[in-house]
Amino acid sequence: MSTLEIRDLHVEVETESGPKEILRGVDLTVNSNETHAIMGPNGSGKSTLAYSIAGHPKYTVTRGEVLLDGENVLEMAVDERARAGLFLAMQYPVEVPGVSMSNFLRSAATAVRGEAPKVRHWVKEVKSAMTDLEIDPTFAERSVNEGFSGGEKKRHEVLQLSLLKPKFAVLDETDSGLDVDALRVVSKGVNDYKAQSDVGVLLITHYTRILRYIAPDRVHVFVNGRVAESGGPELAEELEANGYERFTSAAAEKEEQPA
Amino acid sequence: MTDAPVASSGGGSTTAPGAPVLDVDPGIRTASSPKIAPWEERFTSYDVEAFEVPRGREEQWRFTPLRRLNGLHDGATADGEVAVTVRSGFGDSASDDLGGVRVEHVGRDDARIGDGGIPADRVAAQAWSAFPTATVVTVDQPRSDDEPLTVLLEGPGVGKTAYTHLQLRLEHQSEAVVVLDHRGSGTVAANLELVVGDGAKLLVVEVHDWADDAVFVGAQHLSVGRDATIRHTSVTLGGDLVRLSPTVNYRAPGGDVELDGLYFADGGQHLEQRLLVDHTATHCRSRVTYKGALQGAEGDKAAHTVWVGDVLIRKEAEGTDSYELNRNLLLTDNARADSVPNLEIETGEIAGAGHASATGRFDDEQLFYLMARGIPEAQARRLVVRGFFGEVIAKVRVPALRDRLEAAIEAELEAIGN
Repeated sequence: MSTLEIRDLHVEVETESGPKEILRGVDLTVNSNETHAIMGPNGSGKSTLAYSIAGHPKYTVTRGEVLLDGENVLEMAVDERARAGLFLAMQYPVEVPGVSMSNFLRSAATAVRGEAPKVRHWVKEVKSAMTDLEIDPTFAERSVNEGFSGGEKKRHEVLQLSLLKPKFAVLDETDSGLDVDALRVVSKGVNDYKAQSDVGVLLITHYTRILRYIAPDRVHVFVNGRVAESGGPELAEELEANGYERFTSAAAEKEEQPA
Repeated sequence: MTDAPVASSGGGSTTAPGAPVLDVDPGIRTASSPKIAPWEERFTSYDVEAFEVPRGREEQWRFTPLRRLNGLHDGATADGEVAVTVRSGFGDSASDDLGGVRVEHVGRDDARIGDGGIPADRVAAQAWSAFPTATVVTVDQPRSDDEPLTVLLEGPGVGKTAYTHLQLRLEHQSEAVVVLDHRGSGTVAANLELVVGDGAKLLVVEVHDWADDAVFVGAQHLSVGRDATIRHTSVTLGGDLVRLSPTVNYRAPGGDVELDGLYFADGGQHLEQRLLVDHTATHCRSRVTYKGALQGAEGDKAAHTVWVGDVLIRKEAEGTDSYELNRNLLLTDNARADSVPNLEIETGEIAGAGHASATGRFDDEQLFYLMARGIPEAQARRLVVRGFFGEVIAKVRVPALRDRLEAAIEAELEAIGN
């Protein structure tokens, strides 16, 4: 049983007009075997939260901590966080020309598992994971994400999830840009991994659509750089019916109050 | 490699630390636009005195630090020789049994010398006037890919100067894979003639693995017969200063030439490539793919590379299909890459022509992506650089040489603690 605890997280980015605060005190705790949906309008800081947990150099943490079983991951390098059991499925996976998918997957698995997987076993493992995600075997010899369609990139993110077997997975808008069929395949991949592991999932999304496939235990509404309201799955239904307006106007009023 | 490249043409692009990243569409010049190089008047001569001593302002020499040429451009006398050894096979498996390959040492009065091309700069003319004997290697039948020929060229030694001349002749319909392995110390100017007969096929890899003191200035004359094929890969790793000038001349229609290059410059090194592909015949093809990496350690002198790629499609060269590309990867701040693609087209009746040039820093997003999957930073950097050079190395048909090049690149990366 593991815990990912985000405490009073403040994050800023450098802009042309100086540093700008994006996250303004995020508090959130995810346990093993739990799926938390983080929903919010564009620009609310959802993706910043995802990238800050993973350690993207563009984001500067000014206050707070992110604890994985009590260890502050903010003090770890990006690769150490991954080896500690964190995984970020990116909204825009990066193309790495000249590095084959199979070389990349094997390098990553070797790093995360602490030893090189046995070749015969590994080939089987990758093949079966690719079949589950309906990925053509020829993709193994293609360069990482190069020339992949949006849906192919997302499938490969979930393929990595299933091979790297993290304790916590942050899925950043994994549903964006997917048609219904691709969404079904990708969701099944996530659910399969949930079923065979104790993974805790932080599912970041703008729309409720993916929640029909991946059932959340908790739903958090993210507005203006912090969690505005938390609840059960019924909160997602309310958002489906009424949108984010109730939360965005409330946040705006709060902003106007003198400190 | 970033997708926001610096690209430019004509005036060239220079990327130095802090330089803004421009995104310029490299235009294609046509006959109506001003001449970008004096093509018609490109002067050639065997006579060294027919060329002025370069002062550094000339278009041909403007990037080259003349002071470091040890007088090659100004009449330096030879006091040493380049040892030339030809063997069959590569590496440990090489033998002296050359099969049907003929190796001759001849004087400059030999009728075959000059079949490949004529010197177009003073250093090449100097080398032509001053070499003691020329080595002519003749292949007259198809050799298997598994039996590469290796020509080892060893520098004259520290503080010595030498001039050398090598001609590779492939007779009609013959085939060969050849490795030209350059090593050692000293100052060398050389002419290399690749004379490829009708229907013949030459795969040649030129490796410059010089010692740190070495200065090498070489002119490569590629002469392409009817329906002949040349795959020329140039790998430049070592040396204080290396300047290579391959020129492609098509003697008849149907020639097919690919020029690939890989260079890796450390602090203080000057590595320069000046290419001319002169399309004078119909239905010929050319592809140019050069990739460079640069790394200057802090406090060191900057690493400097120059790539000038001139492609001329003459009026009579209908049906030409041409593309050239140069990419540079700046691994550290202390590095400077000049990249100048020039394309001049004098006929509208071509199959295709284009060029691209991009110079960028190490892409932090790629690094982040690999590290976010648990891969340590040093390994992630190696993966990206290996990937960057991958398409050039993959075309080297000699597995043992491929392994050596990959190991050399790893060693370069480790040298500055990557």
